[in-house]
Amino acid sequence: MTQYDIVVIGGGPAGLAAAVEARKQGVHSILVIERDRELGGILQQCIHNGFGLRVFNEELTGPEYAERFIDELETMGIEYLLDTMVLEITKERQIIISNAAKGIQVIKAKAVILAMGCRERTRGALAIPGYRPAGVFNAGTAQRYINVEGYMVGKRVVILGSGDIGLIMARRMTLEGAQVLAVAEIMPFSGGLTRNIVQCLDDYNIPLMLSHTITAIKGRDRVEGVVIQKVDHKMQPIPGTEIEYKCDTILLSVGLIPENELSRKAGIAIDSVTNGPVVDSNMETTAPGIFACGNVVHVHDLVDFVTEESRHAGNAAAKYVLADACTDHKGMVICTKAETGVGYIVPQQINVDSIEEKVALFMRVRNVYHNASLSVKLGGVEIKRVRHRHLAPGEMARIDVDKKLFEGMQAEMTVSVVLEEGKA
Amino acid sequence: MTREMVCIVCPMGCRLTVTATEDDTGLSVIGNQCKRGEAYAIEEMTNPTRMLPTTMVIRGGLLKRLPVRTEKPIPKELIFEAMKKIDDVIVEAPIKRGEVVISNLLGTGVNVIASRSMKHI
Repeated sequence: MTQYDIVVIGGGPAGLAAAVEARKQGVHSILVIERDRELGGILQQCIHNGFGLRVFNEELTGPEYAERFIDELETMGIEYLLDTMVLEITKERQIIISNAAKGIQVIKAKAVILAMGCRERTRGALAIPGYRPAGVFNAGTAQRYINVEGYMVGKRVVILGSGDIGLIMARRMTLEGAQVLAVAEIMPFSGGLTRNIVQCLDDYNIPLMLSHTITAIKGRDRVEGVVIQKVDHKMQPIPGTEIEYKCDTILLSVGLIPENELSRKAGIAIDSVTNGPVVDSNMETTAPGIFACGNVVHVHDLVDFVTEESRHAGNAAAKYVLADACTDHKGMVICTKAETGVGYIVPQQINVDSIEEKVALFMRVRNVYHNASLSVKLGGVEIKRVRHRHLAPGEMARIDVDKKLFEGMQAEMTVSVVLEEGKA
Repeated sequence: MTREMVCIVCPMGCRLTVTATEDDTGLSVIGNQCKRGEAYAIEEMTNPTRMLPTTMVIRGGLLKRLPVRTEKPIPKELIFEAMKKIDDVIVEAPIKRGEVVISNLLGTGVNVIASRSMKHI
């Protein structure tokens, strides 16, 4: 059986950063497994600019960002497999893989890093009634057809959901000659970045219809039109508000789901809010020696944050391998919990003994808030408060908590949103 | 003349209103909460520019399309013309990231460069 110190599942931004970092920490035997025909993951189809402002201090396109990491990986001589599917990972860190060249093989690893990313929520998950005509695409699928494969997917387009991929595709389809009629968003606010609303919709006069959804798709063989309806505060369609658009294409940008079939099969605990593995402050899952990073843990807005998180995971996995860590290596653990106004917190556990100076907590709030604070409490006592002029679910928040603030205290750590007096 | 816009300098997303001053010599900006917002609004009114990332046809490579971008932002009103120009050009693999595929796009002095490398296959 082939054996490696670290096996990384997924060759996208998370897997690349984790592998490169683990090598920098002195681990030599590393394998990256990628199911696509080349490394880089979803960055290869994200041809727009806006990546790298934090990590490289310049604005890059997705392929440029990916290539910098691929170059580094190749220079270091880190091994990787392409066109290879991981079928199963066991708790004992045996990895069963399959590819056309060698069939089914089993690999053994001292540590595994899960970096499988996420996938798009589909029409089936939304239960939109009607026939199933051609012309309904997930926005990311359309992005791959247009940007990588070179196929245009339609001429008159309506987009459901105002996630960043939908916004980016509204501009992309417009530039390639399509007419984008509207973006309908069921929520009263967009989940996308403001920059994308301005530069992808406002620039091209594409209307963003908040509190609206698609209630019918017309057409039998190909999409012929859609009905968009306003929704009330309970998200129920309001009769009499129907507007019909003639179109041949519908793009769905209605959320991303971490891809965790392998993690579940390995018996790793999954957080029901993030849909990703429960991780500690070393990005280690509930299975010893199995780490996770990037969108497989929680969906990020910026690849730069994925890179930072994945470097952290690569570093921790390297320490685990090099120290020949024993089974009870976690020491004292503090659990984190999202309270009022906060949707989730990653990591879910903090290993007090192994953090160096501070621990970074990542979270998403549930609503849009102006002039609010995030309050960190330990055992009910506030230890840190951070004021924000603006908080939104579409923008991940980060709080760094100094180790000295909770050393020696074993209690639950919570974060909640506190509104400034007299403001909402 | 008055225009409404959303500031994208930071995540606050201030709603700006830009109006020509009465003597028509300048612009006044309201709704911004910082100096950078004012500068953004004036730039948007007087000289709006955008980076243009797109793809072009490549022959002999792993893929049929090569992602490319303008090296610097170009005037916003030239975007559709630039798309047409980029559509007319075909490149051959191999190509290196950063290589110029169109020089001096539409006389702007800005080059179009490859966003990735692609080997010849």
